Amino acid sequence: MSNAAAETTGGHAASGSVLRGSGVQGSGVQGSGGPTRPSPPRSGGRPSLRALSSGGIVLGSAVLLLASVLVAVVLGQADITVREVWTVLTDRLNLSFLQIDAVGLGAQQPSDIRADVIWEMRLPRAVNAVVVGAGLAVVGAIMQTLTRNPMADPYLLGISSGASTGAVLVIVAGFGSGLVGVSAGAFAGALLAFVLVLVFGQRSGTLTPVRMILAGIAIGQLCGALTTFVILWVADPHATQDVQFWLSGSLAASRWSSLRIAAVVLVLALLLCLWHARALNAFAFGDDAAASLGIDVNRVRWVLLVACALLTGVLVAVSGAIGFVGLLLPHAVRFLVGPDHRLVLPLSCVLGGAFLLWVDTVARTAFDPRELPVGVVTAILGVPAFIWILKKRQVRA
Amino acid sequence: MTITSAQAPTGLNVHEISWSAKGTLIVDGIDLRAPFGKITGLLGPNGSGKTTLLRAVARLSTPDRGVVHLDGTDLAGLRRRELARRLAVVEQHAGTDLDVTVLDVVLLGRTPYRSALQSDSEHDRALALDALRQVRMADFADRKWGTLSGGEQQRVQLARAITQQPSLLVLDEPTNHLDIAHALSLLSLVQRANLTTLAALHDLNLAAMYCDHLVVLRDGRVEASGTAAEVLTPELLRDVYDVHADVGTHPVTGRPLLTFHPPAGGDLG
Repeated sequence: MSNAAAETTGGHAASGSVLRGSGVQGSGVQGSGGPTRPSPPRSGGRPSLRALSSGGIVLGSAVLLLASVLVAVVLGQADITVREVWTVLTDRLNLSFLQIDAVGLGAQQPSDIRADVIWEMRLPRAVNAVVVGAGLAVVGAIMQTLTRNPMADPYLLGISSGASTGAVLVIVAGFGSGLVGVSAGAFAGALLAFVLVLVFGQRSGTLTPVRMILAGIAIGQLCGALTTFVILWVADPHATQDVQFWLSGSLAASRWSSLRIAAVVLVLALLLCLWHARALNAFAFGDDAAASLGIDVNRVRWVLLVACALLTGVLVAVSGAIGFVGLLLPHAVRFLVGPDHRLVLPLSCVLGGAFLLWVDTVARTAFDPRELPVGVVTAILGVPAFIWILKKRQVRA
Repeated sequence: MTITSAQAPTGLNVHEISWSAKGTLIVDGIDLRAPFGKITGLLGPNGSGKTTLLRAVARLSTPDRGVVHLDGTDLAGLRRRELARRLAVVEQHAGTDLDVTVLDVVLLGRTPYRSALQSDSEHDRALALDALRQVRMADFADRKWGTLSGGEQQRVQLARAITQQPSLLVLDEPTNHLDIAHALSLLSLVQRANLTTLAALHDLNLAAMYCDHLVVLRDGRVEASGTAAEVLTPELLRDVYDVHADVGTHPVTGRPLLTFHPPAGGDLG
């Protein structure tokens, strides 16, 4: 599971494919175990990625993510250019020495309105998408490991819906619509929903994936109904829009101010999870196996599940309940780099951010000037993946 | 006293262990000894408390009372990580949905030796590969867990346990899902590991063949203990298992060999 181990994996696979080419390997292992061996394209393609140093993979993806932000901000109405984005960005961040005209290429200053579109609308929306996508992917990865359920996802298990209900109740009860209050309500709702799913998803102490999903659907439906009921009961002029925001998510209302809590919680939660990465690896064969490897199973589980609920809560407070990101991304990442959490967690973060950024950009621009709810797009991508996982993983009933 | 016991390892000593579930005593004040470097077989019918006792020894559950000493150290006083460096467990069946490689699995055995942010050292990898050689799985290091047979998976779990460098190996019916060839090969490998071992076993002939010392449980108490020849008598088999058997001598190992009779009238009881 270390870099070194990963390198060996890559090395052996490489020599294996050479052997396959010369036909030497046909005798022993492949002859008898042919049908059970992983299919050649996968064993050939993956280890080469694994062989790259883990730091390199994460760093490369992070650079890709930054480039994605710049490009995504450009797309859409108003024909903004990358150069304008760069000028505004360096200007507002007081990094004018990085501006292109400082390098001697010359650049015209964008008009105030265009600068505002970039700085007040496009950029915060892009960064919000990155933070929410990153957070949901990390939550999904942790939940899939701790519950040993490949279909775990904050949305499918009703956690996001619980967060929405909590947030809406706080707003309606008049505890204030400030982000701290809403986030706290969302956290409480997420935690309550999570505990309920764990209680109803188990049978004589054993969590089974299918039971969990069923419990999650029930809790999610209940919370969705409660959210709708509460909003329509209060019925302000934007009611239906609000219902849609809380039930399937949107990044349209993103502002810089809404980012702060989510970004801080994301960083703290990611550090906490990375600290437990080795312990998470030990969960591969279940709770008892982890305990017999020296892991304090109950402590790790509760610390990380509460962290997941907190992160889900603050993300939902910003973006509503966006589904399937937490389901899809961890599987994609494990497919790329294997199951070691020391690599899976940071890469889920980076790729989750990039994924939701692009999905939101599509949602925003595909039917310009109308906007698709971002949750609609994640569901269109997520449901086929869900079915694929269901078939491929032979999920324990 | 403590110094002598530290110098001359004494193996496992279980004293007065009791464990109950919902008011029912499952394990009732058990005393047992697993001699240093030997294989001790834990026998008994279903529900006699074998697994419960093993879980209490491995601290996967907390007994109501009783103490467990390993080579003179009270295990209850150890932190979980320290415990995992002295005691390794192989379960009946280990499964995972994850796409881990064999080497990944064996390296899990180094978990109790590494802090959160440390990666596996060359030393860890050398230990893991050595353990894989010990269980005759060296060529499988890069194979995916899901492509292994049940017997191969148990050998890899044994290699993982060896990589923990434990003083005690706890096996909970490790051959249950294996065919006879894999069962024999697994127990031979356990024998060659030369570790103090406590193994719950179902197959009495396998137990007679591989265990140096046997402990028979019945209704949560120790019914008999000693060598296979001392313990596996027709009387005990009738009393504890409710079966009739002839006890002969194995032509190769010289250990007891049990031949079971069909129940009278072809029915139970």
